[in-house]
Amino acid sequence: MISKKEVEHVAKLARLGLSEKEIEKMQAELGLILDYFELLKEPDISQVSPTFGAGIAPLENIMREDIVKKESPQTVGKITAQAPAKEKGHFKVKGVFG
Amino acid sequence: METKGFTISDIHRGLVEKEFSATEIVKGYLNKIESLDKKLGAFLEVFQEDALIQAKKVDDSIFRGDKIPVLAGIPAGVKDNILVKDKKCTAASKILENYLAPYDATVIEKLKGQGAVILGKTNMDEFAMGGSTENSAFKLTRNPYDFKRVPGGSSGGSAAAVASDECCFSLGSDTGGSIRQPASFCGVVGLKPTYGAVSRYGLIAFASSLDQIGPIAKTVEDAEIVFDVIEGKDPKDSTSVEFKSQIPNPKSQVKGLRIGIPKEYFGEGLDSGVRKVVEETIEKVEKEGAKIEEISLPQTKYAIPCYYIIATSEASANLARYEGIKYGRSNIKCQTSNLLDVYLKTREEGFGDEVKRRIMLGTYALSAGYYEAYYLRAQKVRTLIRKDFERAFQKVDFIFTPVSPTPAFKIGEKINDPLKMYLVDIFTVSVNLAGLPALSLPVGKVEVEKDKAGKNSASVGWLPVGLQIIGRPFRESEIFQIGKITEKLV
Repeated sequence: MISKKEVEHVAKLARLGLSEKEIEKMQAELGLILDYFELLKEPDISQVSPTFGAGIAPLENIMREDIVKKESPQTVGKITAQAPAKEKGHFKVKGVFG
Repeated sequence: METKGFTISDIHRGLVEKEFSATEIVKGYLNKIESLDKKLGAFLEVFQEDALIQAKKVDDSIFRGDKIPVLAGIPAGVKDNILVKDKKCTAASKILENYLAPYDATVIEKLKGQGAVILGKTNMDEFAMGGSTENSAFKLTRNPYDFKRVPGGSSGGSAAAVASDECCFSLGSDTGGSIRQPASFCGVVGLKPTYGAVSRYGLIAFASSLDQIGPIAKTVEDAEIVFDVIEGKDPKDSTSVEFKSQIPNPKSQVKGLRIGIPKEYFGEGLDSGVRKVVEETIEKVEKEGAKIEEISLPQTKYAIPCYYIIATSEASANLARYEGIKYGRSNIKCQTSNLLDVYLKTREEGFGDEVKRRIMLGTYALSAGYYEAYYLRAQKVRTLIRKDFERAFQKVDFIFTPVSPTPAFKIGEKINDPLKMYLVDIFTVSVNLAGLPALSLPVGKVEVEKDKAGKNSASVGWLPVGLQIIGRPFRESEIFQIGKITEKLV
């Protein structure tokens, strides 16, 4: 139902590293699950509109003023402190090019 | 002191009447955790010091003669995907192993506002993905009725802790049954509120159009007390709704209430013992004067694939934020990694098997060429499922079903067969797809094959069964009403 190449492609889209063994296992398991999902082809949905949100409350945009709230340096510090790599209060990342 | 069987009202009354102090109560629960939790495995972390400080505050307040709120001094467990400020919040995942919550979730702010005592964080399936708590990256939680069985999931720790008197009540989250099914397996009460009734701010997101936080408690009354504290519109969650003022008070009588029994929920695959317990309960409610009607929810068989496509799609987007840059486990310090490697390796090392599987399924369902065949189609089938319930609720006031087709299964029984594990959710996922409120109420026990090694517990051999009571949107108060009546009958 799903080829090894497709599994590798999807893993790349998901930014998910998988070992060779995991790819094989994933291929078998996803195949079975996707086969089961075929069941969804049965019901006639030609006249049906999709539910977005949970379908309970009316779908409307909730607006608010775009106001920047200043957080205390302690809170900011607590948040940036959790970055695995940082410099001068900024998140540090590897070079995007190369 | 011994804490066995205490409800919120028991403790509240005891505190107000000065039969015992909050400190004594909290120490009692901490002792219980100390003596039992090595075996049970319900808690990931216990906040002994903070709990005692909070208890002391409540005692001081009582000493001063203040009127205390109903949850003041009540010991609670919190599922580890709900943020408690300055405490670790891991979602039972290695990727968040050392993550410290920088703020309180809205529900936690509300509990703290009442003076509730947060005893610690409870175990769960990683990112709430699973139905047995076996997907926790850290530990196994056992079913209090039989240590060889699962407590259900994903809020397995929260349910097992309440059932074992390790806390008085707890919070869980329910995306496809994750409050109701463990409540059913552990013989406690669990409520999945209407979508929008409770703020999701500070809940680690799994599937945003399905997730709701709700209470797990010993009695329906307790679940109601907790729900009344945590519900309500929150500016920080734009999907939350103000609803209380529009809803009339529920009738306190069973007579004349119409209860629908969907035939699709009583077919093949339903354990005969579970069926018997649920049907006997329905008969008792009928004897009280309720009108029982067979109804049909014809789209039921599509609920599982519909749910798993939507839930995994939303999860794949929500979990994209764990990339090893802002917080959490990271591969960034590896000298040979480039930026893409950091993403790939961080996620490979940080996520467990089930989470990886769901990210893959969701990414596949949303990817170019498949969006219409999977995600959009599922959202349309979701509309059909929702309409099933809308039609049913024109005829009946409540829908009664089993929570799970079987009682608690054995540890290891389904963990290597993902599809088999997904099928366990058959009676719970539709409620999330339709956004409805539903209560899991313990209504009896079934006898299961006695375990030969299980000689140390008198209750081995009997497992709890839960009844699911589904109601109209935002009619939680009516569900509590019928729940309390049913609770007395069984």
